[in-house]
Amino acid sequence: MATVADDRAVGALVPSPFRVGERRQDTADTWTLTLEPLGDGFAVVPGQFVMVYMFGVGEVPISVSGPPESRGEPVVLTVRAVGAVTTAICNSEPGAIVGLRGPFGNSWPVESASGGDVLVVAGGIGLAPLRPVVLHALAHRSEYGAASVLYGARTPQDLLYTDELRRWGDELAVEVTVDAADTAWLGRVGVVPKLVAQAEFRPDSVRAFVCGPEVMIHYTVEALRERGVPDERIFLSLERDMRCGVGLCGHCQLGPTLICRDGPVYTQAQVAQLMEVREL
Amino acid sequence: MRKELDEILEGVAFFAGMGEEEIALIAGCGRNVRFGAGETIFRQGDAADVFYVVRQGSVAVGHFAPPRGELVIETIEVGELLGWSWLFPPYRSHFDARALTTVRATQFDGACLRGKCEDDPALGYDLMSRFAQVLIERLQWTRLRLLDVYGDGR
Repeated sequence: MATVADDRAVGALVPSPFRVGERRQDTADTWTLTLEPLGDGFAVVPGQFVMVYMFGVGEVPISVSGPPESRGEPVVLTVRAVGAVTTAICNSEPGAIVGLRGPFGNSWPVESASGGDVLVVAGGIGLAPLRPVVLHALAHRSEYGAASVLYGARTPQDLLYTDELRRWGDELAVEVTVDAADTAWLGRVGVVPKLVAQAEFRPDSVRAFVCGPEVMIHYTVEALRERGVPDERIFLSLERDMRCGVGLCGHCQLGPTLICRDGPVYTQAQVAQLMEVREL
Repeated sequence: MRKELDEILEGVAFFAGMGEEEIALIAGCGRNVRFGAGETIFRQGDAADVFYVVRQGSVAVGHFAPPRGELVIETIEVGELLGWSWLFPPYRSHFDARALTTVRATQFDGACLRGKCEDDPALGYDLMSRFAQVLIERLQWTRLRLLDVYGDGR
């Protein structure tokens, strides 16, 4: 006999139809799409992800970069075309129908950061999952102390949300750096973890939200530790091979944890030892 | 002027923890300079007889690579050191340095400092240790960039 829990699990495995509304090209290989629910839709909290199903192609996990606060509102996703499914998503014309399952996973603890300093450190496409944190900080600016965004990308042409970055700079300390540039670029050239040393925050009150390639996360954590930030105040979004999204298939297992179910957001204290195990 | 420079150096992280006497010795080889936005500070192949501590603005360190033109390797920001070719023969700059904005910096005479370091090995050891730390950090950040962490592995 089927139980309520079974029904929920089955429901989580069935995609809901969404229509592609707006589609904007951010970089040569990255697009931001606004997906409008054809049914009830769902609310998403910052940090969660959805499984995007391209009919006849396949399914991939994508972090929500513009979360709907209530059911019925559109979901905003920023997607980098790196494989067959993500390329199909990026090529979707307005009006196309895609399937979404979710939302899955836990969230960035933006509420509990209230009253202290906030530091967002993002690398590459890692700014997309952190955009909701930035939007939350902007909407509740008076609730936070120092608030900074440190963002790094490969080249100036690879920077996401360039117009927004300028606007965010009106209320937040925004520092952008790239790994390589020509003389047309008048900004910083260097790696993003290096920016941590000069960022304004109090180590005992800050909550640091970090997302990007794991190598970049590793060095950012080292830089935060050098500044005296405890591991419990460092929050990371991890990525593995998420498939079912509900902790059934085990593809996203990292030691004792399933990232789709228990993550993707962890404190450094929770995963420090796991990240040192090469076999994981 | 000397007193003023001493005070400036005491506020620079590179000199943190250094004694007043040592700071005074180093300040004796320094002077404050200013570069306009776009101005060349030094060029690849120039005699490298000075180094700088950037106090305001930003400097692009680059390399001219035909046919691509000038490539920016890294930027030097407030509080950071610019130039280490003065440390070792042949004392020639390996890269170009160009002010991205108005830059105010303290410029140090390398020959003057090398002389003081030879006369005072303790000062020399302290200064070289500090430069080694800067070099190691820059090497580590450069290695991180060599990994091309934003690539997709294709």
